[in-house]
Amino acid sequence: MELNDFLGYGFVQRALIAGSLIAILCSTLGVFLVLRRLSLIGDGLAHATFGSVALALLLKTSPLYISLPLVMACSLGILRLTERAGIYGDAAIGIVSSLGIAGGILLSSIAGGFNVDLFSFLFGSILSISQTEVIISTGLSILVILVITLFYNELLSITFDEDSAKASGINTRFINTLFVLLTAVTVVLSMKVVGIMLISALMIFPAVTALQIAKSFKAVMIIALCSAIISVVSGIILSFFLDLPTGATIVMINFTLFISGFIYRRTMITRQ
Amino acid sequence: MPIDILSVKDLHFHYNSVDVLNNISFSVHAGDYIGLVGPNGSGKTTLIRIILGLLKPGSGYVTLFGEDSSIFSGWGRIGYLPQKVSAMNPRFPATVGEVVAMGLLSCKRFPKYMNRSDRNAVDMALDLLDIKDLKKRPIGELSGGQQQRTLVARAIVNDPEFLILDEPTSALDPETRERFFMLLKKINDEKRVTIIIVTHDIGTIGRYTSKLLYIDKRIIFYGNFENFCESSEITQFFGEHAQHIICHRHDPITLERTGINGTE
Repeated sequence: MELNDFLGYGFVQRALIAGSLIAILCSTLGVFLVLRRLSLIGDGLAHATFGSVALALLLKTSPLYISLPLVMACSLGILRLTERAGIYGDAAIGIVSSLGIAGGILLSSIAGGFNVDLFSFLFGSILSISQTEVIISTGLSILVILVITLFYNELLSITFDEDSAKASGINTRFINTLFVLLTAVTVVLSMKVVGIMLISALMIFPAVTALQIAKSFKAVMIIALCSAIISVVSGIILSFFLDLPTGATIVMINFTLFISGFIYRRTMITRQ
Repeated sequence: MPIDILSVKDLHFHYNSVDVLNNISFSVHAGDYIGLVGPNGSGKTTLIRIILGLLKPGSGYVTLFGEDSSIFSGWGRIGYLPQKVSAMNPRFPATVGEVVAMGLLSCKRFPKYMNRSDRNAVDMALDLLDIKDLKKRPIGELSGGQQQRTLVARAIVNDPEFLILDEPTSALDPETRERFFMLLKKINDEKRVTIIIVTHDIGTIGRYTSKLLYIDKRIIFYGNFENFCESSEITQFFGEHAQHIICHRHDPITLERTGINGTE
């Protein structure tokens, strides 16, 4: 099959549109997460997504409708545990993460064991994304991108130094709440692209690749964004022609980009 | 009657039932240049964090420009340099220009985007600190002194009326430190900017500031340097010998030996 014929298919076009939008979301939020040393929040929320998908399959409804509110509530849970219970961020993520997995296993056991549907969410199935899911993903992606654009400078300031941001009158509590909610929405939207098991890779890799090369914060955002889109688009195409699982291919391409960025940086340092 | 820039009344703060600050009351007037001094663990940084609303006082209250700090909203009138330059993420990818521009967010309304006049303000602050050539350099690649100057530029870029600096000279070499103190004096004299500077460099700071606030969980002394030298409370607190050394500004090594020159 030629590339042109492949791109002419409706399911491929849907996958490319939704995949690219989610790549933008994951990479931009990922830069802030990595720099705030909250990289694993994606992993924790992905595990919570596993529990919510199991519940949705048990209730025989679309996982998106159940997962969105539940995972958003979990993200707030992580934030409040850190603020009020005096628990460190990584421990709070661990609590929510293990609860999500345990809930998922219990629910799927009640439903009579794991089935194909649950596996498709665990490992992603971007090529099977429906028209409705593309519309919902597009709408939510635009909303998330808009919020990040509007609060870009506040997010940058809090990421650099939260105390100074607070002392300059920025409502850090509001921005932090908004930030974890955006992360929750992004994680839920990403489950179709790379699967629950690999979501955090899509958030971490583009950011760490960009951090190897970029010399300014703006450049980090742009390089992370480009690297995420390249990995998702080429991952969808390559996986189809080579008959490989899409999510895992996307992660491997991200790893290749990271290694290239690392080698580039080492070369530049040696030359200096 | 002019409004105090800062007023602290009957302030108490304790952490896990240990008193950190006890019965602190003082006022700062427009144009004051105050050196906040005290030994390790005396509560200097805690006091600054309460003034800035980063910590809630146990009891008592703080007013900024006549407004209770819990409802104060004019943060654009204040510039702040935190103590922890050494704790800053050394791999943070922002340029010097991007870091300094963060200081302008306090004066901006939503959505907080930068315009041409903001970029000019950044250039002016960089000029003042003599680091314009570093504007496009990532902050992580700079020396400790250059990073410190970048953060000072961020604190003054919004043209504040009240500047709070928490140990700003800790990463500076003696020559840069002297130039920095002279710059602060100039800002204080020419622009009438009110300044509180937390320092352990009591010998140097006495030459520049108009007042000294010496705390050790409570206020030991608040007044000008001359009164500090004549104060019987200070004689009782330090002993005559140490007071003599401070007031005659002997070398910092000698001051350190007296145990009154530590960092927090």
